[in-house]
Amino acid sequence: MIAFELPAVTPARAKTGLAILALTLLLAALVAAFVIAPTEREMGDVQRIFYFHVASAWTAFLAFFVVFLASIAYLRTKTPRWDIVAASAAEIGIVFTTLTLISGSVWARSAWGTWWTWEPRLTTTLMLWLIYVSYLILREMVEEPDRRAAFAAVFGIIGFVDVPIVFMSIRWWRTLHPQVVGSEGFNMEGAMLPALFLSVIAFTVVFLHILILRAGLERSQHEMMELRRRARWIQEGGG
Amino acid sequence: MTGTAGVVQTSGNGEQAAASVWDIEAIGVWKTFGSTEALRGVNLQVSPGERLAIIGPNGSGKSTLLKVLATLLRPSAGTARLAGLDVQSQAFEVRRLVGVVCHQSFLYSDLTTLENLEFYGRMYRMPDPSDRARQQLRLVGLEAHADVLGRDLSRGMQQRLALARALIQEPPVLLLDEPDTGLDQRWAAFLVDLLAEAAGQGRTVLVITHNLERSLDLADRVAVLNNGKITFTAKRDELDVASLKEAYLHHTGAVG
Amino acid sequence: MWQALRKPTFIIPALSAESGIAAFLTQALAIAAKDVRSEIRSREAVSGSLVFALLVMIIFNFAFDLEGEMAEVAGPGVLWVAIALAGMMGLGHVFAKEREQGGLQGLLLTPVDRGAIFLGKMTGALLLTLALEAFLLPLFALFSNVSILSPGLMVVVLMGTLGFVTVGTLFSAMAVTSRSRELMLPLLLLPVATPVLLAAVEGTRFALQGEPWSELVPPLTMLAAFDVVFLGLCPFLFEYVMEEMGA
Repeated sequence: MIAFELPAVTPARAKTGLAILALTLLLAALVAAFVIAPTEREMGDVQRIFYFHVASAWTAFLAFFVVFLASIAYLRTKTPRWDIVAASAAEIGIVFTTLTLISGSVWARSAWGTWWTWEPRLTTTLMLWLIYVSYLILREMVEEPDRRAAFAAVFGIIGFVDVPIVFMSIRWWRTLHPQVVGSEGFNMEGAMLPALFLSVIAFTVVFLHILILRAGLERSQHEMMELRRRARWIQEGGG
Repeated sequence: MTGTAGVVQTSGNGEQAAASVWDIEAIGVWKTFGSTEALRGVNLQVSPGERLAIIGPNGSGKSTLLKVLATLLRPSAGTARLAGLDVQSQAFEVRRLVGVVCHQSFLYSDLTTLENLEFYGRMYRMPDPSDRARQQLRLVGLEAHADVLGRDLSRGMQQRLALARALIQEPPVLLLDEPDTGLDQRWAAFLVDLLAEAAGQGRTVLVITHNLERSLDLADRVAVLNNGKITFTAKRDELDVASLKEAYLHHTGAVG
Repeated sequence: MWQALRKPTFIIPALSAESGIAAFLTQALAIAAKDVRSEIRSREAVSGSLVFALLVMIIFNFAFDLEGEMAEVAGPGVLWVAIALAGMMGLGHVFAKEREQGGLQGLLLTPVDRGAIFLGKMTGALLLTLALEAFLLPLFALFSNVSILSPGLMVVVLMGTLGFVTVGTLFSAMAVTSRSRELMLPLLLLPVATPVLLAAVEGTRFALQGEPWSELVPPLTMLAAFDVVFLGLCPFLFEYVMEEMGA
């Protein structure tokens, strides 16, 4: 009988605890960002999106880092659990990357009057988004599970290693083709730090929470498949 | 990169290898592709100098089993060993020991027969790939076609070339998937003699065949693979064509 | 009847007396040579991709009117778009041929180091892509009226192609297993190869403008960094891809 290694089941109590924590932190971050943090002098209240933009960006990269680690773990151990983690992290990561792009776009519009700018960080985020999307499409196009997991892992590793190189190349490219709009362009005050800090932590916890849920869902599906297989085995008089 | 430098040394390993036992062993081998179970716990043993024929219906997993033994596929569970070497952890060493014929010809259609064999000779690190290639061409009667491109060969010639390729490094273990496909009477008979002589020299042979009658010519022992498991095995001396047919139908007829 | 097999008490024949590394390189070279020979005989990949590249350049000319000033601004970009697209066509062939007769499985059956297979395949692809560029560059010079006789340009093209082909070979192996092979390769390769294309375009621009070597250092460094990182990583990851190609 094949021993099928699944990710350990997170106890229900821990899941609920994490959900409550995530919600609390998110609310706290909202309060911090909208109420406690001072209004920025030049940009006004629109600047507040910055907290969530940075938090999303951080979480997006964190997610990709998780994909990277899980991919390595899969290639070394060939256990399905790591493939499940990688796939889940990628799915969630793409959501956060999209949030980053949208918030970045809104920011650009309010700060510089344009919906898009080929600014290094934003452009790198776009490339990150594209690599994530390619990762998910790759998973879609390979049917056989072992092969899919191995190929995805390889791409996950290459993609992650590539991102810093992409960033550096775009940053260098920008120096050759300077753009009219400037960078950052607001005054960061000390009082803003708690809000930023809280946002980043809140988003990270939310990410972990959804990751566990998603991976758990995948695990249940695998479990169901395995149970079906065992039922067939018994039915055919195996053993 | 695979860190198996020991194998690429020369005579030291060769002499050591001579003392080994060239057997084939499969212990509880499972292979699943997603939700399809191709092999469900295959147990198999072929002794040195023995020829085993595996017969079974389409889709029973015969080719999959061969590929697992040949290190092309990894078992999902269970162990397979050739000459005591594990096919997963010692795949590199195992590859030196096997000669394989599959449904695909493994031949390059834009290279000549000679170039094909030379190439494989190089891949198997034969000291004199060109000489070896010519030798193998002579063996299967293709030396007159040394400069014919792979794509211009008839089916029978392709099969003979595939055999020549499989034997190029003089492997002690032969894994052959329907090696008689496309061969005419003369060369089919040659194949039977070839395997008999190979076994006589202590080589181990595993042959997959569709042809029940031929299985008795080709082998010392016959096994039936059905639905991913070995369900029947008997020595050639215990069987004749009729009883084999009966056993075959019995073990492959009713599927659960 | 059959004399070729040795008599009983049979011993595995000794291997050729090359050291590990020499054997590795010999095998890689043999694989590259086989690919090149095969390509010369069938002429499938190079001629098709060359015509394709030419078409791309011509279409871009209609799109942007590449004369005079535009040639300097858009020229290098057009050139590398043509190289990238045509290059991917060629890369698609790298493993497609093997797939036909199961050549890849035949190769996987042999005790060849998978890294040697990668190196051989990559070298073959590199040579064929360089051959493509050897035809394409003069045509580019013709169309946009620039001189391509610049050693700086040659270095940029070489290093850019090397990076592109390294990752491209790995992805080509993965793509060949899927039915939508032509879609999968660009999907995987283009996002990842962005730094190469970027640096190559800028480097080409500098070289064509006659900039001194000091100006070429930044793009060349970028290309070198990419090449080094992925030449190190890809052969290693290739083994994991090859493990999945047995079926």
